[in-house]
Amino acid sequence: MTRQEAKIRVKSVSKAFKKQGQMLTVLDEVDLDVAPEEFVAIVGPSGCGKSTLLNCIAGFETPTSGGIEIDGEPLSGPSPKRVFVFQETGIFPWLSVNENIGFGLRHKSPGERAEIVERTIKLVGLEGFERALPSELSGGMKQRVEFARALAVDSEVLYLDEPFGALDAFTRLEMRREVWRISRATKKTCLLVTHDVEEAVELADRIAVMTRRPARIRKILDNPLPRPRDPDLAEFRALKDEIFEILGVERRV
Amino acid sequence: MVNKIRRLFRPVLGVALFILIWHLLTLGNKRTDIPGPWLTLQGLFELFRQGILVKNIVASVFRVAWGFLLATLIGIPLGVGLGRFPELNQLFNPPVQLLRPISPIAWLPIATLLFGPVRWFEPSDVAAIFLIFLSSFFTITTATASAIATVDQKFLRSASNFGVKGVALVTDVLLPASLPQILTGLRLALGISWVVVVAAEMLGVQSGLGYQVNDARNNLRYDLVVAAMVLIGLIGLVLDTMMRALEERALRRRGILRR
Repeated sequence: MTRQEAKIRVKSVSKAFKKQGQMLTVLDEVDLDVAPEEFVAIVGPSGCGKSTLLNCIAGFETPTSGGIEIDGEPLSGPSPKRVFVFQETGIFPWLSVNENIGFGLRHKSPGERAEIVERTIKLVGLEGFERALPSELSGGMKQRVEFARALAVDSEVLYLDEPFGALDAFTRLEMRREVWRISRATKKTCLLVTHDVEEAVELADRIAVMTRRPARIRKILDNPLPRPRDPDLAEFRALKDEIFEILGVERRV
Repeated sequence: MVNKIRRLFRPVLGVALFILIWHLLTLGNKRTDIPGPWLTLQGLFELFRQGILVKNIVASVFRVAWGFLLATLIGIPLGVGLGRFPELNQLFNPPVQLLRPISPIAWLPIATLLFGPVRWFEPSDVAAIFLIFLSSFFTITTATASAIATVDQKFLRSASNFGVKGVALVTDVLLPASLPQILTGLRLALGISWVVVVAAEMLGVQSGLGYQVNDARNNLRYDLVVAAMVLIGLIGLVLDTMMRALEERALRRRGILRR
């Protein structure tokens, strides 16, 4: 990938925290390029620092060394062009579904805002819950609100940090398909962080496998499987096993 | 309906038991002793008939309202500042914590010295309002500061992600996120204010429920003393219930309290 092609370019990013007087290296010289409209997943063991990497890429945290470029420009901080999707708790519990989705649209006229909110509600299938409060919604529906809030601002990039982690197994499968459908329909560049290998194989065009702390990217795998992907197919399982093997080697070290 | 009765049964029984014990302990007492419930009720009617009771209630509520309002208007913005900027907190928190445990009543000499000569209100009013201000200000400031400082990082990151900052960040994210804790602070502050206003009115003013208590005592009318005490308790209960209702509404909206 040439310099101009990459939507997101991570160049030898390291991150260290001070903990009880000692420097703790969380990320060690991480390199990663993401092309426009590409769906890339970062998988790794829990606590390996993959969320820290995503927080750095989103501009919430600053790398200790190395650089992050967006469209060839150095990252200057968080921006509505690149929206972060948290687990369900990222939405505001004091605002209704409508108000949450419209949160990023304050600079628009009220009419325009209402129109975008209505369209987004249809897109994520929350019709009939416009005035509901998050406390009245199920986990899956809260996740839809979180997702809708990110989609409403029409960003170029979505950062997904374990977005299905708090959902039950059935809802998780359903939301995975929804995220894929919507992210393709809206042509987003997506960067997903997860510890769920199956989720990564189902969704991503490429999968970056991270090592234990200090985290490096061990290997980046292409995922050529045709869509929609069936987790029961032999090719799907083979790719999953390959990732598990890379992770498993790490476990034995 | 049956449920409602069942829920009210124990609280009502508790009050009835309290009145019964009060009655038994004060059996045979006259107006100049500690009066029983019946004498107190008669005293309450007498105060109402004289017409001074409403005047005294208004005077006390007026002082609390002004002091509490001023403390809220200054305490909340100051608390937001302290919660938002750790440097500011390090600077102001020590004096605030040092002043906080001083009973507002101890400030009375200073208050009369400072506000004695002011003529817009009755002089004693300004001094009393100042005491109420002191008694709620530190609680409100501290509660707001700690609420703002502990707002969930995800909310702050969401806000910065959508480009929300400055005044909009305070009004649309920080304050709504901290509202339940701030309301708890306001409720506690109002409770302290109501306690303090009665005490302040016993020292050098000519109106209010505290003055009422003192005045009745000087006339050896202990039935009127206790009648005023009952009234102070009831008004305090009403204030607390109002604040609690606001608090519970905020909690319920956020799904923290389910009922």
